[in-house]
Amino acid sequence: MTDANCSVGIVAAQDAVFDTPLPLASGAALPGYQLRFETYGQLNADKSNAILICHALSGHHHVAGRYHADDKTAGWWDNMIGPGKPIDTSRFFVVGVNNLGGCHGSSGPSSINPATGQPWGSTFPVMTVSDWVTTQARLADRLGIARWAAVIGGSLGGMQALHWSIAYPERVAHALVIASAPKLSAQNIAFNDVARQAILTDPEFHGGDFYQQNAIPRRGLRLARMLGHITYLSDDGMGEKFGRMLRSGEYQFGYDVEFEIESYLRYQGDKFSDYFDANTYLLMTKALDYFDPAKDHGGDLAAALKPAQAQFLLASFTSDWRFSPERSRETVQALIAAGKRVSYAEIESAHGHDAFLMTDQPYVDLMRAYLNRVAEEVNA
Amino acid sequence: MSAIDILRPDLRLIADWIAPNSRVLDLGCGDGQLLAALQQDKQVQGYGVDFDVANVVRCVASGVNALQGDLESGLCQFGEQRFDHVVLSQTIQAMRHTEAILNEMLRVGREAIVTFPNFGYWQNRLQILHGHMPVSDTMPYQWYDTPNIHWCMLGDFEELCAKNRIRVLERVVMDKGKRVSLLPNLRGSLAFYRVARG
Repeated sequence: MTDANCSVGIVAAQDAVFDTPLPLASGAALPGYQLRFETYGQLNADKSNAILICHALSGHHHVAGRYHADDKTAGWWDNMIGPGKPIDTSRFFVVGVNNLGGCHGSSGPSSINPATGQPWGSTFPVMTVSDWVTTQARLADRLGIARWAAVIGGSLGGMQALHWSIAYPERVAHALVIASAPKLSAQNIAFNDVARQAILTDPEFHGGDFYQQNAIPRRGLRLARMLGHITYLSDDGMGEKFGRMLRSGEYQFGYDVEFEIESYLRYQGDKFSDYFDANTYLLMTKALDYFDPAKDHGGDLAAALKPAQAQFLLASFTSDWRFSPERSRETVQALIAAGKRVSYAEIESAHGHDAFLMTDQPYVDLMRAYLNRVAEEVNA
Repeated sequence: MSAIDILRPDLRLIADWIAPNSRVLDLGCGDGQLLAALQQDKQVQGYGVDFDVANVVRCVASGVNALQGDLESGLCQFGEQRFDHVVLSQTIQAMRHTEAILNEMLRVGREAIVTFPNFGYWQNRLQILHGHMPVSDTMPYQWYDTPNIHWCMLGDFEELCAKNRIRVLERVVMDKGKRVSLLPNLRGSLAFYRVARG
C-alpha cells in the first residue's frame, strides 16, 4: 500500500460554538467558547465506532491528513491514523480536537473575549485536564456520540484519556494511555517552570497582554521549546542524530551556532515561536502540573480509578526519561489494584518521549492488535 | 468443541485444574492461549505476564490482558491474595530466583500451578549415560544456548516446597501428552504441581 492511499486525504477543520457557561476547576467560568476539531472516517449507524484523540502539550486538532494537495506536512499523528493504519479510519470515526485555551482555533488567550472586544490575554482562565474532558464530553454530545469506542492520547493526551475513564466511566469503552504519568514528578514540574519563567520574564510578554502591544515574547517561547525539546529526546537518540558534529568542522571559539545540535534546537525554537502562543504554553504546562487524579483520594490512585469501566492499554518507551516506564507502571499497578482490565507494554525505543509519535515496530503492532479488538467489538 | 479442548495437552491439564469464574495470573504467559481459552470456556478473569513484547502483542490480539514484565523482579505490582490460581508453566527452570518466585506466587495467589520438564526422565538419564547433556522435546536446547539454569526432578521440587512450608495438593506427570502413573520420575518428561501455602 502506498502512502497516498493510507492517508485520510484532504481534510478540513470545523468549529463547534458552545453558549452554555463552563464552570472550571479553578472556580472561574467561561460564558461560552469555541472548539475547533477535525473528523475522519464515517460514524456508523449506532454511533459506536468513534475514537477521540487527545493532544499533548503543543498539539491540536489536526491529527491526520493534509489541508491541500501541496501541504508539506500532514497531521501530527498521520503515521498512526488513516485507512489501513492502526487507528483505521475505514473502520473508526476519528475525532481530533484543539483543547480549550489552545491557539489553533479553539477559544484561548489569543482569541477575542466577546465581552471586551480585546484578546483574552492574561484574563483567560487557567485550565485543567478535567475542564478539557468536560468540553470534549460536550463536543461528543453535539456529535451524538454517547460512548467512545476508545479515547487515546500520549503524554498530556494520555492524562486526558485516563481522566475520561474516571469522569465518564460509562462513556469510554477503551482508554489508551501512552507515554504518560498519573501525575508529574517534581523534576517534571521544575522543567515546566523553567520554560514558564523563560516566557514570563521575556520583556515582550507584558504580563500576558502582549497582543495589544503588537509584541510577541518570541525569545521566551524559543527557550521554552528548546528546553522542552531536549527533555523529549533521549541522550542516545540525540547522540545518534547529532553527536558532536560541527557545522564548519572546526571550533570557532565563540557563541554562535557551532554544533549541529545547537543549530537544530535553535531552528525548532524559532519555528515554534512563529506559530505557538505564549499564554497557551503557560496554560498547557500548568494543566500538566495540576493533573493528579489521586489527590482527592488521599493519594490513592487505585481508589481514584475505581469508578472506571473502560479497558486499558498502557505503553511506555524505554528511553523516555520525561515520562519514564516507571510512571506508567504506577498507573498499571493502580489499575490492577482496582481490579481493572489492563494491558501494558514497555517498548524498546531510542526516541525518548517523542517515541509515542514514531513508528517503532512493536509499538505499531501493539496499537494495531489492540485496536483490531476494539473494531471487532463494535463490528466496525 | 470448546477452546480448552483444542489446547496443547499440557495446557489442557492446567486448564482442568482451574475453577470457572476464578481469577488467574499466568506468569510467562507466552501468546496467552491458556488464558484466552479459560476466558472463553470458564469466564476466568486474569492477566498474563511476559517479558517479550511480541508475546504481549499476541496476547492483546487474542483479547488477553497482558503485562510486560520481568518475573525476576518479583510480582510487586500485585497485592496479597489477588488471584485464585497463579500459573508458572515450564518457566521455573529458567529462573534465577526460583525460590523467590514460588513464594511470590503464593503471596499473590491462593494456589500455584507449577510445571517443569523432569530432569529425571529416562531419556535424559540415557543421554547423560552416553556422555551428553539431554536434549528432548521438553528440553529442546543445547547446553550452550539454553535459557534453563535450574534443572530439577520431582523429589527436588517437593523438597523445595517442604522447605518453604508449601503443600503439594496434586501432582501429575506426563509424557508425550499422556499421564504416567507408574515410575513417574523415570517415565515422565513433564511434571505438573498444584501447591498451596501450609
